[in-house]
Amino acid sequence: MLKFLVRRLTLGVAVMWVVATAVFILYFIAPHDVARTLAGKQSTERVIQLIRHRLGLDKPITEQYLDYLNRLLHGDLGYSYVNSMPVVNVIKEDLPITASVAFGGAILWLLIGVSAGVLAATRPRSFLDRTVTAFALFFYSMPVFLLGQLFLLLLFFRLTMAGFDIFPGGGYVPFAASPGEWLRHLILPWFTVALVSASTYARLTRGSMLEVLGEDYIRTARSKGLRERRVIYRHGLRAGMSPVVTQFGIDLGTLLGGVILTETVFGLPGLGQQIVTSISDGDLPVIMGLVLLASGFIVLANIVVDALYAVLDPRVRLT
Amino acid sequence: MQLLTVEDLKVSFPTPDGVVEAVRGVSFSVDRGKTLGIVGESGSGKSVATQTIVGLNPGGKVSGQARFEGRDLLTMGRDELRRLRGAEIGMIFQDPLSSLHPYYRVGWQIMEMIRNHTDMTKRQARQRAIELLELVRIPQPHRRVDDYPFQFSGGMRQRAMIAMALALNPKLLIADEPTTALDVTVQAQIMELMQRLQDEFDIAIILITHDLGVVADVADEVLVMYAGKPMEVADRRSLYYRPHHPYTVGLLESLPRPTNKGQRLKPITGQPPSLIHPPQGCPFHPRCPYVMDRCVSEMPPLDDADGGVAGHRSACWLPSDIAGASPELDAQRLDVAQRNRTAVAAAPEGGAR
Ligand SMILES: Nc1ncnc2c1ncn2[C@@H]1O[C@H](COP(=O)(O)OP(=O)(O)OP(=O)(O)O)[C@@H](O)[C@H]1O
Ligand SMILES: [Mg+2]
Repeated sequence: MLKFLVRRLTLGVAVMWVVATAVFILYFIAPHDVARTLAGKQSTERVIQLIRHRLGLDKPITEQYLDYLNRLLHGDLGYSYVNSMPVVNVIKEDLPITASVAFGGAILWLLIGVSAGVLAATRPRSFLDRTVTAFALFFYSMPVFLLGQLFLLLLFFRLTMAGFDIFPGGGYVPFAASPGEWLRHLILPWFTVALVSASTYARLTRGSMLEVLGEDYIRTARSKGLRERRVIYRHGLRAGMSPVVTQFGIDLGTLLGGVILTETVFGLPGLGQQIVTSISDGDLPVIMGLVLLASGFIVLANIVVDALYAVLDPRVRLT
Repeated sequence: MQLLTVEDLKVSFPTPDGVVEAVRGVSFSVDRGKTLGIVGESGSGKSVATQTIVGLNPGGKVSGQARFEGRDLLTMGRDELRRLRGAEIGMIFQDPLSSLHPYYRVGWQIMEMIRNHTDMTKRQARQRAIELLELVRIPQPHRRVDDYPFQFSGGMRQRAMIAMALALNPKLLIADEPTTALDVTVQAQIMELMQRLQDEFDIAIILITHDLGVVADVADEVLVMYAGKPMEVADRRSLYYRPHHPYTVGLLESLPRPTNKGQRLKPITGQPPSLIHPPQGCPFHPRCPYVMDRCVSEMPPLDDADGGVAGHRSACWLPSDIAGASPELDAQRLDVAQRNRTAVAAAPEGGAR
């Protein structure tokens, strides 16, 4: 297990290095002149040269590359062109919002998807099974932004008009300020992130569980006189979760995409909105920082998923 | 009174293609310390019959009776039946590779069985699991108790299954082809182990197999099934030396035995019938070398054969005194059959032995 983790972590670091290098190369081949941008349109060539020197842009490219890696290792992502804030601070400010949306959404998506799948699988071809399948198909074919808009229209706008001020129309309240309000503002974004993906997971879990529940070891569990609930959850779900966990590792990218769209729809000032504005402003350091952050998240999450897989399946762990 | 008495058990499954009549009126019984062998080709309904009586085969339409210590298993509550499973009736299955849960330690799986039916502590259950592994001769049981199934060999897994099935000293053990997936030497060891434990704990065993050879070694009584129906019932000596039903004869002649040394083994030709539209009359008639007119239209009753020695019964229209498997007896059977056969019932291709 330890060897496994060390191997995965080493691989993760290697991947991050490749990403960092790719980002560095992009920075150089991007059609822009940093010093000129920073100096502004009116400045003289001398000022531009000075800035270039201050930023180390006049050094040989290999030296710049090493400097860049060195700064990365010290957690320095440079300064935003737009407001001269350290990129790290920009990220720090917005990260809690995005993390709230992403984690809550992911947990909800797994919870809804897996439990709907299990329910459907334990009663194949029943009314409940068909209902789950119908809902899954409905949400599966629904884009995130459309679902978000629908929620806003029906649950915020219509309800509020009707006098039920239950869901806010967007915005964010920090957890520290008011946990209740935090929750109230995040419920719709969470469901928006979760439902589309949950439908995939309901179908995946259903299929996987149907297969597992036909296995010989499930018959063995029943022959031991275990309660049906225990048979399904302890014996069935334990084995049925493997493909779900694998799929979840693959879908983390989808999660980030969903979060960016959801933040935009609900006006949540998180990293998703930040990346949209940074791209339109051409704020390269922030974009680079966010790309690195997203890659780091996916690499890390994949290690967690793999570790989880190993925890689930002893054959992965011990061989 | 016998420990388990099953009477006129019928099981059918509705499927999109039609109703599968898997078991069509089977009766048997078994007592403590005795072994009942159930033999038949694949699909003859052996597993369905035995799994239905312990409630492991939901979705089927069931009729008949299955009295276990006087209580009818088929009508008792689901929860009551569940509590019997494991505690009073242990089960082991064909494929030890897939019958243990791949993700849980062998010891944990045995402990789960124990703790499900008793209020032993974890520590006590673990101690008992180690004892059980020792009982079934797993080497270094105190260490192996923490192994996962994939770290066990096939034979060891089946031993572990036996240990689990016997954890609570059940009165009845249902062994559904326990050695089919194992190689020959291991097969013999497992059978030896089951017999030793049977003697030690006075267990009733239902041993399901499609290998008459295995059953002839260990069973006290044998039930031969075909297409969901009982074909022949006898004690093992009668069945082995004086079989009456052509199906039993066929099974024996396809098996290497001392009495047919030097002869070529004769497999039964043809395939078992569809259970959705089973043939009229005797279900074996399309494959029977001794088919007679009567066989096509009328199912023979399960009647005394060979003078009914020790409850020997057979469901066949052939004269009840032609019993045994030898070329001479086969010739006698053929003679009878040919005299009672018109063009209606043609013997199957290559069936004339
Ligand atoms: N749930 C079910 N639904 C429909 N048909 C079934 C079901 N369970 C069993 N059958 C059918 O019942 C018949 C008897 O099956 P069974 O498993 O009892 O055979 P068997 O004698 O145990 O054979 P084997 O030696 O292959 O184990 C088979 O044709 C099988 O397809
Ligand atoms: Mg079977």
